[in-house]
Amino acid sequence: MSTWHDYLKKKGHPPDWPYPVRFEQEQEVAADVLVIGGGIAGCWAAISAARQGLKVALVEKGDTVRSGAGGPGCDHWCNAPANPLSNVDPDEWAEHMADRPYCNGIGIQIQCRENYDCLLELEQMGGKVRDTGDDYVGAEGRDDKTRLMISPRYTRVHSYVPGMVKPATLKSNPENKLNNVVIRVWGTTFKPALKRECKRLGVRIFDRVMATSLLTEKGEQGTRVVGATGVNNRTGEFMIFKSKATILATAGAGSIWLISTELGGYSNMMSRTITGDGTVMAWKAGAELTTMEATGVLRIATGLKHKWYTGAGDASYENVPLVDANGKRLPLPIQGWEDAGAMVPTMDVEQKIREGIAKGEYTLPFYGDFPAMPDVERRATWNLMLGEESTTKIIINTFNKAGYDGSRDLLQSYKYIEGNSLPQWGEAGYGGGLLVDWNLKTTLEGLYAAGTQMFSPEDHSYAAATGRYAGRKAAAYAREIGGSRISREQVNREKARVYAPIKRSDGMEWKELHAGIARAMQYYCSEFKTENLLNMGLGTLQKIEKESVPLLFALDPHKLMRSLEDISLLNYAQIIIHASLARKASSMPLNFRRIDYPAMDPPEWRKYITIKQENGKVKTGELPMAFWGHMKEQYEAHNKDYTGFYKGK
Amino acid sequence: MTKEKLMAIPNVTTPSSPVVFNPDICDGCNTCVEVCQIDVFMPNPEKGKPPIVLHPDECWYGGCCVNECPRPGAIEFKWALQHRGYWKNKATGEIHQI
Repeated sequence: MSTWHDYLKKKGHPPDWPYPVRFEQEQEVAADVLVIGGGIAGCWAAISAARQGLKVALVEKGDTVRSGAGGPGCDHWCNAPANPLSNVDPDEWAEHMADRPYCNGIGIQIQCRENYDCLLELEQMGGKVRDTGDDYVGAEGRDDKTRLMISPRYTRVHSYVPGMVKPATLKSNPENKLNNVVIRVWGTTFKPALKRECKRLGVRIFDRVMATSLLTEKGEQGTRVVGATGVNNRTGEFMIFKSKATILATAGAGSIWLISTELGGYSNMMSRTITGDGTVMAWKAGAELTTMEATGVLRIATGLKHKWYTGAGDASYENVPLVDANGKRLPLPIQGWEDAGAMVPTMDVEQKIREGIAKGEYTLPFYGDFPAMPDVERRATWNLMLGEESTTKIIINTFNKAGYDGSRDLLQSYKYIEGNSLPQWGEAGYGGGLLVDWNLKTTLEGLYAAGTQMFSPEDHSYAAATGRYAGRKAAAYAREIGGSRISREQVNREKARVYAPIKRSDGMEWKELHAGIARAMQYYCSEFKTENLLNMGLGTLQKIEKESVPLLFALDPHKLMRSLEDISLLNYAQIIIHASLARKASSMPLNFRRIDYPAMDPPEWRKYITIKQENGKVKTGELPMAFWGHMKEQYEAHNKDYTGFYKGK
Repeated sequence: MTKEKLMAIPNVTTPSSPVVFNPDICDGCNTCVEVCQIDVFMPNPEKGKPPIVLHPDECWYGGCCVNECPRPGAIEFKWALQHRGYWKNKATGEIHQI
């Protein structure tokens, strides 16, 4: 009896709400540094600020032990050129990786300089980063002295998509040895270790609290951030946080263009918790954002959750050769030692395979040929890489339990038979975010950002390194600055907004509102963008805000959280359209196509579009490419006091 | 014919149970309730009993509930039919599905 309807049938009534109900009640918390979001970046930020001896509060919508995109696990520690097996110079590697349009050179430089220190600190906290059990002796990339395991990723091809990063011979690696900048790790051990460390350092953790807004000096837009509000999604209690410095470390927005109302928690690869809350609260407070017009291709996952990467590598992931139904090898990249990092096929290869399928040259379905691999490589891919990655651990465990044996069995690939993501399904998750400077400070006084919260974010170790850095910088600021008063009027306004849905028991529930937002984005801000369509989209979203949001109803604190998340998504969608209207040119790297401005990346539009609110009005601006200046020099100028790997207690 | 009273219940959310509990093994420790980032579960009102899957439609299939369970076999994934992966025995060509 673990379904709700079983309980109902047995007891004759639904279960009571299992937690105390405290709608409208207030709890006030004061901290030197407030961290919003307890994922990888947030935990590292909290740890790093707490090490400075400051009072730190951490707010997390789920439970810090496993929350965030990297909560369940992590398979690769990317861009770690400072590791002892690397054959490249960290600064040169950072510059090379930042040689991509619309990336975040500040974050990449921090990652390349500091993420190996993070990894050593993780090990100190109890995370597993080496093959200490000698399980993979003989695997390619395993160093017998340090027991570190280098991944084939980026050894020669430096991006997921061949050609995205230009091949280059680095000055620090003139003989073109393998770069060795990515480390295979036991990432399922990381998040519990980070939570333990937060607790050990006295960080006050507020799990199951959704932050809802930033509090600003005098309650005005554009002033110093002095705290935040939140709502407990189990009890409904209202939280008021006062802080000297605040670090935003929530994620991007996962499913703006699509919701499956059946699989509401799994409309794409991201979890439902990723709803752009942090970006939207910063926007309302007046912070400047950038690259908000960028969209990715939504990696379809709805109903396809029996594999790890959708539409791309799946069974071929890292060293697994892909074969057709007759065992014929396919020319798909395998992100392994033989092709040294490539994961997504080029257009030519894609075309060749599609034609081959039509002509009968390749027979569907395709398979990952695990039995063809050397035993140690097969185990490294299956147990270490997939067994330690985010949501894949449960997948491989299920396969194992059902009798799958990689030494004997081919694993089916769904590439081509699952179809493609529709062109009107976009993804915002890894595009826009907060504009930051070399202190990872946003354009608002007292507000910092890390990880996916910043514009053009990268991966797990990027979140770790930038979180740790933001914690350090925010702590330095908090130490110097005095406290500030929060505005009671601002708190009252926010309280009224937050609790509106619980005052109704009919109207519109959160899934319908989400579906309405997604449909508007599919129609008006998708494959075909024009001034007229975008304006129609903005009008539709504004109409939803005016007419449908006041109908939202929530039956309990959990559904209240989902409703508030929808309002975040709605605001996020509007920001995307404002930014899209501001870019009057098309752009390949931003996956941005304007029918009325078809020229692709004309020189005058090779710049970042920035966007913020000033006195409630949308204001756009621009920044040149590589606006962060000389990466090495800037980093060094801002980090004269950096002491490397943490040796304190 | 069942003598059970028939209740009027709306359609059950699909998929209705992304995870299933074995009440003989589960001791109601609620570790799964705590580690789920989505808050899919609620503790059973009766202490010592398996949690109730309150929001199955919000499951991210992250697997932490199963991975973290201190009592192996107490909870397992029941993949929805459309989620069940396939494999093939390389020697015999026999096809299997989860």
